[in-house]
Amino acid sequence: MRTVLAAIGAVAAIVGAIALLLLVGGYDTPRALGALWSGSVGSWYALTSATLVRAIPLMLTGCAIAVAFRAGVFNIGAEGQLLAGGAGAAAIALAMPNAGAIAVVLALVTGTLAGAGWAGIAAVLRERFGVLEVISTIMLNFIALYAVSFLVRGPLQEPTHAYPQSSSIAAAARLARLPGAGRLHLGLVIALIIVIAVGWVLRHTASGFRMMAVGENSAAAASAGLIDVRRVTSLAFLASGALAGLAGGIEVLGVTYALYEDLSPGYGYTAIAVALLAGLDPWRVVITAFLFAALEAGAGAMQRDAGVPSTLVAVIEALLILGVVAAQALRVRRVRVLHTTDVIVPESAT
Amino acid sequence: MTDALTPFLAATIRTATPLALAALGELLVERTGLINIGLEGAVLAGAFGALAGATAGGVAGGYAGAMLGGVLVAALFAICVLVLRADQIITGMALTLLAVGATGTLYRALYGASGAALHAPTSGPLPIPGLVSIPVVGEALFDQPVVTYFAYLLAPVLAWWLTRTHAGLALRAIGERPDAAAAAGIAVTRMRALAVIAGGVLGGLAGGTLVLAQAGTFVENMSAGRGFIALAIVVLGRWRPLGVALGALLFGAASALQFAFQAMGWGAPYQIFLAAPYLLTLAALAGAMGRARAPAALGRPL
Repeated sequence: MRTVLAAIGAVAAIVGAIALLLLVGGYDTPRALGALWSGSVGSWYALTSATLVRAIPLMLTGCAIAVAFRAGVFNIGAEGQLLAGGAGAAAIALAMPNAGAIAVVLALVTGTLAGAGWAGIAAVLRERFGVLEVISTIMLNFIALYAVSFLVRGPLQEPTHAYPQSSSIAAAARLARLPGAGRLHLGLVIALIIVIAVGWVLRHTASGFRMMAVGENSAAAASAGLIDVRRVTSLAFLASGALAGLAGGIEVLGVTYALYEDLSPGYGYTAIAVALLAGLDPWRVVITAFLFAALEAGAGAMQRDAGVPSTLVAVIEALLILGVVAAQALRVRRVRVLHTTDVIVPESAT
Repeated sequence: MTDALTPFLAATIRTATPLALAALGELLVERTGLINIGLEGAVLAGAFGALAGATAGGVAGGYAGAMLGGVLVAALFAICVLVLRADQIITGMALTLLAVGATGTLYRALYGASGAALHAPTSGPLPIPGLVSIPVVGEALFDQPVVTYFAYLLAPVLAWWLTRTHAGLALRAIGERPDAAAAAGIAVTRMRALAVIAGGVLGGLAGGTLVLAQAGTFVENMSAGRGFIALAIVVLGRWRPLGVALGALLFGAASALQFAFQAMGWGAPYQIFLAAPYLLTLAALAGAMGRARAPAALGRPL
């Protein structure tokens, strides 16, 4: 019930903020809000082919961020890991045009491993060399973008060499579309199963508990014994990259059917807002991913119908993130203040 | 060979200038124990502020707008982190995202969605009489825009200020032991706020340099990770102003080599050159981290 109320509150806050920015910017506000509605959830086509199709990568990348942040790993690199996954999946799917379902499975597994591998670079840098993962993952995002740019102009370029993209993936190696649901594809089912399973692992298993213990207070987790902090953070980092890589693989096999440079319109960055708004809980990520997918789908419609710059979405996302972390900090501080006044006495007083 | 050397050095200095400014600003912030990942946002906001200021008030207006843009982002960081006690890393990421969204939206709203190339007035090179006629290096080092000379001066001045003044000592004390500094009567929060704002001024100026001394126009996301690279340069320079200046020069030289190699028609994919600064950052961080000592309180929750 509280989750439902919070979701309604979040929607109201988002729509309110958009309306305010539209009014300040002097746009035709009713028309723009109408476009936001019709472009996101106003029709069956918009709901399935625009919003839910976008929700799939956001669910998986949002879940990736949630897993990492829960373990105290600031993985900002979901974007690069998604691209690595897309490239890996595309390479396999293109190499196996006649293998049918086996190609789909192998391609998705490869994409998942590629994402984990890309995250693994940052994980090694963190554990071996003490490099802040915030900086290393951002650098790896840029490197992944240039690597894909190289692939679609080099080894994976389509045979005519006219366009910066790979060949189309054979129909048999694509993810099937869901009947009667436009462009919506089987990836939705995969994403839901994975995200629900990850949420269950976090909530109900010892590994999930260890991750959260490390994320809350790694020194306490280590001194309480039986928790190898480095192992837990590394595994969380790899799992996070794997989820983002799977998102990239699903995007290639289910939506684009080829490898492009602009495979992702920034899903890996939006994922941070998705995860934080969900309180880093994978199950709630399903809801917030849908919310942001609707927002981004609607923003496209606002740009087409009312001339509102679609970059407005980034402003909304940023304000939401700031609101969430500030509210969390205030809540934590209230608790801490109570504790400190109760317990801690200045040394000079004793 | 000396024919090629002068343009190489000039390109090194040109690329290093915004990196040095942003990194020296972040150095001040990190020496108080804070990490502002929003530096990237400050650089971008500075670039946009430079365009807006320059179209209204020429080059001087451009630099004023650049600093204002950086300060706006920095002030938001200070409010969120120092007043509301929000997480530094997430706040910084959000502010970078905010800068991307806000500059993109304002740019399209004010100057048209097509993003037609807008020309901002640029501040041309100002040769320093005498020094410019030094063989080979003179023209590269002393025929640069004013903002580059400012960067030349800033590094030694900051080095002196941090090590030789009471205020500098206080600032460093905050970064090592904020509680002890507070007990010694240092206004910790005020000092941190001032450092963050100074970091914003310099980050904004770095963005302004991109527009006013280099590109002559604004492009969405034109900071292109320079703020993040500046964060790495602070580590590489071991949190010391002169080290940071050297680190910026190293990155400038790496970028300049990229132009040189491309001009020589070296047969490697051009994406390798584009990715080079980011690869170099990773390598440099892996090499520098173990030996450098960060301020003890760096990144700790307040």
